[in-house]
Amino acid sequence: MLEYILKRFGQSFLVLFIMSILVFVGVNLVGDPVEMLINPEADQAEVERVIRELGLDKPVSEQYWYFLTNALKGDLGSSFIYNEPALKLILQRMPATLELALFSLFISLIIAIPLGIYAGYKPNSKASKTIMAGSILGFSMPTFWVGIIFIMFFAVYLGWLPSTGRGEIGSFLGIESSLFTLNGLSHVFLPALNLALFKISSVIRLTRAGTREIILQDYITFARAKGLSEKRIVLVHILKNILIPIVTVVGLEFGSLIAFSTVTETVFAWPGMGKLIIDSIYNLDRPVIVAYLMIIVTFFVFLNLTVDILYTFLDPRVRLKGMN
Amino acid sequence: MSSRDQNFKNFWRDFSVNKIAVFALFIFLSILFVAIFAPLVSPTDPYDLNNVSIMNSRMPPMSEDFAGNLYVLGTDGAGRDMLSAIFYGLRVSLGVGVLSGVFALIIGSIFGISAALFRGKYETIIMRIVDIQLSFPSILVALIILAAFGKGVEKTIIALILVQWAYYARTARASALVEINKEYIDSARCLAFSNTRIMFKHILPNCLAPLIVVGTLQTAHAISLEATLSFLGLGLPITEPSLGLLIGNGFEYMYSGDFWISIFPGIALLITVASINLVGDHLRDMFNPRLQ
Repeated sequence: MLEYILKRFGQSFLVLFIMSILVFVGVNLVGDPVEMLINPEADQAEVERVIRELGLDKPVSEQYWYFLTNALKGDLGSSFIYNEPALKLILQRMPATLELALFSLFISLIIAIPLGIYAGYKPNSKASKTIMAGSILGFSMPTFWVGIIFIMFFAVYLGWLPSTGRGEIGSFLGIESSLFTLNGLSHVFLPALNLALFKISSVIRLTRAGTREIILQDYITFARAKGLSEKRIVLVHILKNILIPIVTVVGLEFGSLIAFSTVTETVFAWPGMGKLIIDSIYNLDRPVIVAYLMIIVTFFVFLNLTVDILYTFLDPRVRLKGMN
Repeated sequence: MSSRDQNFKNFWRDFSVNKIAVFALFIFLSILFVAIFAPLVSPTDPYDLNNVSIMNSRMPPMSEDFAGNLYVLGTDGAGRDMLSAIFYGLRVSLGVGVLSGVFALIIGSIFGISAALFRGKYETIIMRIVDIQLSFPSILVALIILAAFGKGVEKTIIALILVQWAYYARTARASALVEINKEYIDSARCLAFSNTRIMFKHILPNCLAPLIVVGTLQTAHAISLEATLSFLGLGLPITEPSLGLLIGNGFEYMYSGDFWISIFPGIALLITVASINLVGDHLRDMFNPRLQ
């Protein structure tokens, strides 16, 4: 068990190491690091000073070492545009992204679970077939395009909801979030629904499969034999049993919502990390690009590590396999 | 009748059970036809500057210009015919999607089948890389490549190959592991055939069915991902206007109510991706013995 966890830790650090090489090669070797890391308005003396400081006259391995040690110290350079440390900029925008992702997770669960249970409970009904066809459509619809349609219809045509930006920020139990004000909720609704769309399709499929499996179990037959109402069977027996695996899987996939939020944030001008990276790519703000890539990769590597370790506790089969 | 004809007949008999899938296949083939023959079927060449006049910009669908040319789907901000731009855009989108899919299929199958054939440390390393890569969402993998190395046609295709190869490798290994224990592989080994020959002539043809299923679904995914990346301005350059880029162009006119500039290319994208997904979904059910 301990050996397995240590192995996973080693592997995570290996992935981070390889990632840092990839980012280093992309930024410092394929492109021109002087052009990338120095303000374009700098004069010749400044350019030479930075070349010396970056050690560009030194061998590649030494340059990489310099990049790595600085990164580990949390120094990923300063943004050209904002004149602030790149790391700080990204951490400032993280709450907006997390808030969007959490709210969209919430929306996807309350929409998808009832639909999925229905589709699994009555698999041959017309409504179920429509739900399943709809879920294929949901998989096929490009998120960014649906976002544009949402803005056109709900914001421009109907004028019901604001189309861009984050609303007023409220405070509740010491946490500051735009989810705590009405204005904030009206701003977050469209982007969150847009981001949830993809998740809704996959959760419907997951819930349906789970429901179909559970419905064949003995305890459902027994509950029916006891004369319980169908309503109680669905709400208590089925719902309770599918909720655990669904919440686990969806929770684990939270990372993919954060990755996909780059698209939604760009469409809805949501001031989160995702919009920051896309803007930085446009503006060639290299230090922010490097910082974002390193942070997001670290985030994912540790998310996966946590998931792997949690699984060893939840599923003995994984534990046994890891021991062999 | 040759056995190949017979095989095809059997396949078609199973496939045509699902009418929606047949319809989706028909739609997809029509789209493919339009994409391949875009210069012939388009009303105008949208990228020939002689045909395009800024005077005709942002005309709504079904309007005519002074010369009497009809623009069925309207024109974009530069005065290009939307219908023609979509036909040409389908060409780019499908081209990039299919090309990256084929490369990913080849690379993934080689790694997957060789992992199953050689076992040991080699297999462990390959499959760990596959697992690690699949733990990252596809858009993030593409974002890392394109943000670090910059945009461009080759880089977009490389990013799409990198996103997809792991799915093919996993599928190829799983079905190759089943095939390898069968007698015909033993007999091929007794005949001292080379590993390459066993891999490509004996194992690969028998792993094709699941690879094709993964292939259709992955190609749909790749087309959609390329559109997303191009929309974000990270994928293809403006010299290769794919559907994603067309939608992105329309994005700026959204607030002035010129809906057609981004809606129609989006519908074309949706129909393409959905038709491939429907065909792939049905193929998966067909090849899945548990459902029969």
